[in-house]
Amino acid sequence: MNSLLSATEKRFGVGRQQLFIAFLVLPSFVILSGVVFYPFVYNVVLSLGNMNLNRIRDWELIGFRQYVKIFTEPGQPDFYSVFLKTIIWTGVNIVFHVALGVFLALVLNQRLKGKSVFRTVLILPWAIPQYIVALTWRGLFNYEYGAINLIITKYLNLPAVEWLRSPTEAFIACILTNVWLGFPFMMVVALGALQSIPHELYEAADIDGARWHHKLRRITLPLIRPVMVPAITLGVIWTFNNLNIVWLVSNTGEPSDNTHILVSFVFKAAFNFYSFSYASALSMIIFVILLAFTLIFLTKSRATEAAY
Amino acid sequence: MAVQHKRWSILHKVLSYSVLVVFAGIALFPIWQVVNISLRPGNRLLSTVLEFIPGDATFDNYVRLFTERDFLLWMWNSALVSFAVTVTGVAFASTAGYGFSRFRFLGKKFGLLALLTTQMFPATMLLLPMYIMLINLGLINTYLGIIIVYSATALPFCVWTMKGYYDTIPVSLEEAARIDGCSSFGAFYRVILPLASPALVITALFSFMTAWSEYLVASQILQDTLLWTLPLGLKSFEATMSTEWGMYGAASLIVMVPVVILFLALSRWLVSGLTLGSVKG
Repeated sequence: MNSLLSATEKRFGVGRQQLFIAFLVLPSFVILSGVVFYPFVYNVVLSLGNMNLNRIRDWELIGFRQYVKIFTEPGQPDFYSVFLKTIIWTGVNIVFHVALGVFLALVLNQRLKGKSVFRTVLILPWAIPQYIVALTWRGLFNYEYGAINLIITKYLNLPAVEWLRSPTEAFIACILTNVWLGFPFMMVVALGALQSIPHELYEAADIDGARWHHKLRRITLPLIRPVMVPAITLGVIWTFNNLNIVWLVSNTGEPSDNTHILVSFVFKAAFNFYSFSYASALSMIIFVILLAFTLIFLTKSRATEAAY
Repeated sequence: MAVQHKRWSILHKVLSYSVLVVFAGIALFPIWQVVNISLRPGNRLLSTVLEFIPGDATFDNYVRLFTERDFLLWMWNSALVSFAVTVTGVAFASTAGYGFSRFRFLGKKFGLLALLTTQMFPATMLLLPMYIMLINLGLINTYLGIIIVYSATALPFCVWTMKGYYDTIPVSLEEAARIDGCSSFGAFYRVILPLASPALVITALFSFMTAWSEYLVASQILQDTLLWTLPLGLKSFEATMSTEWGMYGAASLIVMVPVVILFLALSRWLVSGLTLGSVKG
């Protein structure tokens, strides 16, 4: 580390230092290997077996049959359609989160009276526990008594929407809920990034006669990029893996398992159908997809960053 | 030209405020609905009229929540579990984060990488093996079981946050403490740990919220109604929506207000902790 600490190291003996490191790190290592590494390895093994409710004790390894089953046997629902839904779910959510978040951050980053009040109010959706958000929106989407259909029928004079009853509308309801819940995070991150841009850049641009959209494209967006890229990566992972909203808004994938993204589908397979090995094979597939995405996205964005 | 400029800037202000008002309205809409429902008398729960505050507002639902339901029990259970998870999270993350930040040791790189990778695990990947593990250990329907699962899910993020924060504290402080006669542990405990209190607060808050607001894991592990935490109780109101929707509103307000206040007070730190961790990664 440096000369001083190594001098003390010599005086106290290296053994003591190592004991100290062990004291700091070992407990967490032990815990993490018990509850992260071990389950991970167990999950890999499980995905190669045939465990289900009837075979909790006497299951055996059957190789890659669960994976083959996922990709070839059209289940109810089928893997490819759920995967497609997951992509739509993640894509639509992230686009809205980032677009709304950056837009609101730009609006908030001006000299306006009472903007701290607005900032606080706009963070609220993020601050409320997710399960409460989901259950509340489920109530709002209720066909007869939910506030949303009341507004649609009474104030807009349109026919009531079959939220939560037909597959497409139920899926849209989940997306609307999650868009509402997710934009504040991107807004706060973007706001932090905007505040760190030196003001002189804009003054210089003003002197050069730049219009607002020039400033936005040439100064603001490139400069908040380094902060937004990791935030978006995190956002994609969180959204892709967001079990709470889909599970609770659609009430375990209703109508008849048509409203699933991959994680909620796995949860159903594991805890409602008790097909443990099938579910763990699906978990592995999700993990590999996310890992690949993260690696590709981070290298790609680093590569384009160098071009600036 | 000047007049035109002024007119433009007024228009700009009006537009900005309208955007903010519209979005503030959208953000507040569900919360207003929850308040509204919680104040409705029992016979008007299924009202199809939209009023700002119901004309015959009453606190009945709040009273019934405490007198007719096990709300206090759920709250006590939730508090107990959350407290245990918070203490575990802070204790292990503050020490492990320090180790990762300051020292070189075998498996450090692997450990850090593993911490990051856990963030990409789908929830079920850990949940299912842990569930089977808990069955085999006989820990289903126990607090110990659920505390283990919650701590495990919160710990990677907490260690990562603490490490990121320790990285910003100069090493020279420990050196000075060592010269003044502190032991390694003394330098950590008396000098560095107090300086890291903002990160400790985030770690504590994050662990607490993980446990306080979690429904899905709890629904699998805690099946005995006497062990129910708040999320399970609230969900049970929703199941029979027609009759107990008002109590759901009252309960969710009581549950959410303290968490929301805590969150708002700490949101600035939470984000800086997040970005610090991820940018450095």
